[in-house]
Amino acid sequence: MHIMEGFLPPAHAIGWAAASAPFLAWGLRSMGRGLHAHPERRMLLGVAAAFAFLLSALKLPSVTGSCSHPTGVGLGALLFGPAAMVPVGFVVLLFQALLLAHGGLTTLGANVFSMAIVGPFVSYGVFRAVAAMGISRTVAVFLAACLGDLATYVTTSAQLAWAFPDPVAGFGVSFAKFAGIFALTQLPIAISEGLLTVLVVNAMARFNAHELRLLPVMALAKGKAA
Amino acid sequence: MKARTGLIWLTIIMLTVLPLWFAAVPSAEPGGTAPEAFSGADARAQQAITVIAPDYKPWFAPLFEPPSGEIASLLFALQAALGAGVIGFWLGTSVAREVAQKASPQDERED
Repeated sequence: MHIMEGFLPPAHAIGWAAASAPFLAWGLRSMGRGLHAHPERRMLLGVAAAFAFLLSALKLPSVTGSCSHPTGVGLGALLFGPAAMVPVGFVVLLFQALLLAHGGLTTLGANVFSMAIVGPFVSYGVFRAVAAMGISRTVAVFLAACLGDLATYVTTSAQLAWAFPDPVAGFGVSFAKFAGIFALTQLPIAISEGLLTVLVVNAMARFNAHELRLLPVMALAKGKAA
Repeated sequence: MKARTGLIWLTIIMLTVLPLWFAAVPSAEPGGTAPEAFSGADARAQQAITVIAPDYKPWFAPLFEPPSGEIASLLFALQAALGAGVIGFWLGTSVAREVAQKASPQDERED
């Protein structure tokens, strides 16, 4: 989902940066307030951030014969709410843009929007919806992380199709082409991310049951734990 | 619970390993060359951009680029190691705490 450095026209680059900035500010505020009120959550927040660091460094092979990576931001969104993952995703993407020439500074806004904003918010929404239906926590966690991951790559496809519509047929054809590259590749990887997130949440339920019960999001699925 | 965790791990490994044999052979873009097998999707998207908009010139270059693929791997490994290290620390302290609690159930929980 990394749009390469310089591969978005300036107007798009500035637009996405402007769209992402308020979310980043909100995320920093929400994270700071959360840690101030509940310093005992530092460990789990650290684990959620570490999970995003680890997963977004792993480029996995996929059925389309290309490689792509999970994002790992779904986990933190389920635990601390989607805003808290915006700064985490931002740090990961900044690290990769500066040191790895992976993504870029001019495309940072667009990449933050897809990976650190759309992904966590979709994960959060899916988790709440599935938990509200009374389905088990495991299924809710899996679907949330999996669909959040996919949503990130669909967003990237749309961003590129918007910037580079097909000269003849326009946005739709271009979107189909980019989605073929990103979203299709992502299918098995998104399933893996969903399963890994389930494993981590299960471990947290065993070792950090006390903290987990006090997290507002997780409380929704309380009592329905598998 | 234990068996299910094992099954989940097995599924993740299969999902990662099986594509190495059963992946579709990358097809050549019209007007482009066939992409290398298991190249990054990001690079493939970049290639698609040059097909859709052949006149587009990237207007900004990375400030620093890893001097070789090896150095890039090193930095990716470093990123993964940082994450795995923190998760390992958490799991290690958690297991130790659980073991200690089981050994002396009378002790008050400290956290």
